Amino acid sequence: MSTHVVEDTAALLGRSLRHITRSPDTIITTAITPIAMLLLFVYVFGGAIRAGTDKYVNYLLPGIMLIAIASGIAYTAMRLFQDMTSGIFERFQSMPISRSSVLWAHVLTSLVSNAITVVLIVLVGFVMGFRTSAGPLAWLAVAGILTLFTLALTWIAVIAGLSAKTMEGATGFSYPLIFLPFISSAFVPTETMPGPVRAFAENQPVTSIVNTIQNLFAERAVGGDIWVALAWCVGILVLGYVLAMSAYRRKIS
Amino acid sequence: MSTEAMTQRDRGPAIRVQGVEKSYKDLHVLRGVTFDVAAGSIFALLGSNGAGKTTMVRILSTLLRSDAGTATVNGFDVATQPHPVRESISLTGQFAAVDEILTGRENLVLVARLWHRDNPGQVADDLLARFDLVDAASRKVSTYSGGMRRRLDIAMSLTGQPRVIFLDEPTTGLDPEGRMDVWKVVKGLAAQGTTVLLTTQYLQEAEQLADRIAILHDGRIIANGTLAELKQLLPPATVEYVEKEPSLEDIFLALVGNGRTDESRRDQS
Repeated sequence: MSTHVVEDTAALLGRSLRHITRSPDTIITTAITPIAMLLLFVYVFGGAIRAGTDKYVNYLLPGIMLIAIASGIAYTAMRLFQDMTSGIFERFQSMPISRSSVLWAHVLTSLVSNAITVVLIVLVGFVMGFRTSAGPLAWLAVAGILTLFTLALTWIAVIAGLSAKTMEGATGFSYPLIFLPFISSAFVPTETMPGPVRAFAENQPVTSIVNTIQNLFAERAVGGDIWVALAWCVGILVLGYVLAMSAYRRKIS
Repeated sequence: MSTEAMTQRDRGPAIRVQGVEKSYKDLHVLRGVTFDVAAGSIFALLGSNGAGKTTMVRILSTLLRSDAGTATVNGFDVATQPHPVRESISLTGQFAAVDEILTGRENLVLVARLWHRDNPGQVADDLLARFDLVDAASRKVSTYSGGMRRRLDIAMSLTGQPRVIFLDEPTTGLDPEGRMDVWKVVKGLAAQGTTVLLTTQYLQEAEQLADRIAILHDGRIIANGTLAELKQLLPPATVEYVEKEPSLEDIFLALVGNGRTDESRRDQS
């Protein structure tokens, strides 16, 4: 096996980051829909929503971040699928480079581009009146959870990118992921939902992540939510990674 | 790059294929293919579409595992020692494997970095000059013509200084000038001692380039020899008098001028 994992990944990361800087529209379009939702829910529906916070934007922002990430990872599937169909993937596979660096480069690119999207959204949030007294440690915790969430979903995107037969198939998997925050505590507190919906909302990953980030921003105790959130993220990450790697091995054997 | 892969092991053939079989479900693509390619020679695998040429190349370049049989490249088994095989080879697939969003130079630098070459920028500049791409070096590849893309593709394949190079239908879809550019590159490679295995469906291409030609049909090699040997398989030619007309290729080349690449490409060998 090659001992050049880091150099190879760095070279390939440089390549896909160039792709992003040459088509910044992928970051902008990823940010636009969540920002539009943020505006719509705060200024149109927000007046009628009783979320229990003085400012609805404070309540809503964490969920919007997750929606942005859930839609942003589709670009990883798209870029990977393009590599597979263009033949450049085979060129890399026939070269003596470390096997996993091709995938890691795409995964790290996803982290970078989603981080930029999230920063854009937070900036718009600030303009709309989002305020937090969270200290550096709380911000760090938010960044850490969002990073884990992005990693977990990106490995799922890698599975889609590797096994899809068409571009629509490669990117279509993300629609249910984008929808998941709607049936969670991201937009309204789960207590307002009817029984079965509430049960689903309270036991799916997004709610625990949203609650954790809301509490970190509001400087409340995060309670057990943070552990549930971490367990979900790490669980999906490990499962996604294992399945992606086995899809990858099938592809290259 | 390990020094092991740099030197040809045991001075045997550069490529040895013995009884290789490959099926996709019920479709038997390769049914026991056997051939050798001598080091430093040009070997053409000739066959119609779907004959299994690409499958054979994918097995030899470690992208696909065979169901049965063995194949070695540069003395290394493609199934059990893929890494030293990858250090010895380079693959130029049917479709140009270039990054459209990067510039030509960036493509070459990327591949040179992945090969861990010292001074990737210099490697890139040398190849750009050698393949007549200096003027287009800082343009995005998406603006390149088919012939330029193919030249860049082959240049990328040479960044690792491979001992064995696989060219899968290198001229399919190229105009006549682009095709002759590629032929010249292939001849130049062989002159430097690189072993070339190319697949083609154009008889003329095999005739022009190859030291040996093998015909792959229905998953088997049905003929393998030099052009002269293959010609002997047919009954002796009868002499007929035919008025010689210029071929369309002659006319095309006379009209567009054939001197372009000879002047502008320097240092081919």
